[in-house]
Amino acid sequence: MAHERDTEIELRLLIEAIYLKYSYDFRDYSGASVKRRVAHALRQFELKTISALQERVLHDPSAFMQLLQFLTIPVSEMFRDPSHFLAIRQEVVPLLKTYPSLKIWIAGCSTGEEVYSMAILLREEGLLERTIIYATDINPTSLEKAKQGIFSMENIRGYNENYLKAGGKRLFSEYYTAAYDYAIFDKSLSENVTFADHSLATDSVFSETHLISCRNVLIYFNKKLQDRAFGLFHESLCHRGFLVLGSKETLEFSAFKDRFEPLVKQERIYRKS
Amino acid sequence: MRTTFSGTEPDLPALPKVAAIVVGASAGGVEALLKIFKPLRRGFRLPIIAVLHLPDERRSHLADVFNSHLAIPVKEADDKEVIAPGTLYFAAPGYHLSVEADLTLSFSQEERVYHSRPSIDILFESAADAYGAKLAGVLLTGANNDGAKGTARIKEYGGLTVVQDPAQALARTMPEAALALHTPDFLLPLPDIALLLVELERIAC
Repeated sequence: MAHERDTEIELRLLIEAIYLKYSYDFRDYSGASVKRRVAHALRQFELKTISALQERVLHDPSAFMQLLQFLTIPVSEMFRDPSHFLAIRQEVVPLLKTYPSLKIWIAGCSTGEEVYSMAILLREEGLLERTIIYATDINPTSLEKAKQGIFSMENIRGYNENYLKAGGKRLFSEYYTAAYDYAIFDKSLSENVTFADHSLATDSVFSETHLISCRNVLIYFNKKLQDRAFGLFHESLCHRGFLVLGSKETLEFSAFKDRFEPLVKQERIYRKS
Repeated sequence: MRTTFSGTEPDLPALPKVAAIVVGASAGGVEALLKIFKPLRRGFRLPIIAVLHLPDERRSHLADVFNSHLAIPVKEADDKEVIAPGTLYFAAPGYHLSVEADLTLSFSQEERVYHSRPSIDILFESAADAYGAKLAGVLLTGANNDGAKGTARIKEYGGLTVVQDPAQALARTMPEAALALHTPDFLLPLPDIALLLVELERIAC
């Protein structure tokens, strides 16, 4: 047990050091997951203690960038939870069509799967040309990948199935060019996308928006940080703006519960009250 | 390691007071879980948190199925939920389930462990961190190696470990993998595990 206590101390010191040195704030992330990811990073760095890892990342910014890849979780797919996208198409799009121009924020966009899914949906609904999408993440390496719009061909079959279940109107293959093992997505999809470094833990609101999609990001935050994020979303959204979350994320336990109303509860689609 | 439990053995060592029970199962798990939970009466006060490997369907009916067969309340866990006494929680398909230090539940989508998300190891290891010695871990039938490391961790932190007797498990790989890593306190058939759960609750509450 004494050893376990040491680990807790080292972990807190590492997270604090990262914050002081690099301004990345993991202090209010859910502890169990951060602990596992740091343990995983230790094995990859071939280091014995978190203290040794702390020394490495404190004095070597490139080592910190490597560690950041372990601390953030780039697990995503296109049209993840197809019924969610179908509900956006059926319940939200008709309301979005009433605006002359749209601003959409994909918060925690990781490697871009959510961004391209949304862009495809908007194009099919005739909305993409009048929409500006802000795609933000804390991980610059993920953002760079998202900007490229190149995804492994291995996953495309699954994405295609999702796309069809999500109410896709064309052939999914019309949106990319296959090159060896990769699918290169049509550049016109990301023409109106601004990819930017933004942290829900430390940054503030940068624009008014009509819809915010933040999926499978909030599960990694504790309640306090979740509430900070909900606060930013509430501030950014226009009157009656839309907030869409991951399939297991909810406003139910949050301080902002009464400031949003569910539009499609099952699909985690909310509207600012 | 004891290989029977009836609660009436004269040489039975004192059981520890635990604050929670974690359970992991894979192939053959539904039947096994029903068998060990069926004897738990309404008013059972220990929380039970379970991972059962299932295909990744988005909405699982596990909680409904178990609710209709058991006397204790059953629900699919929610992210950030405070663990309530006497409730059986199932991990949601597609997400790992952890216990946080403040005894709330949390979700994550890290890599699959032995092709599984939720993973038994992740639940058991995080619960061992949170509960320390006040935890009982039960590993049942299954056809992969998930749960072995987690069970060993529970033991390492002073908790009580129970493994289903592989000779009587529908799939013996999982209990055998656990036995290869550590010696549990109990190696039992399902009816004995059920009795042990009842006794653990009696002592703890």
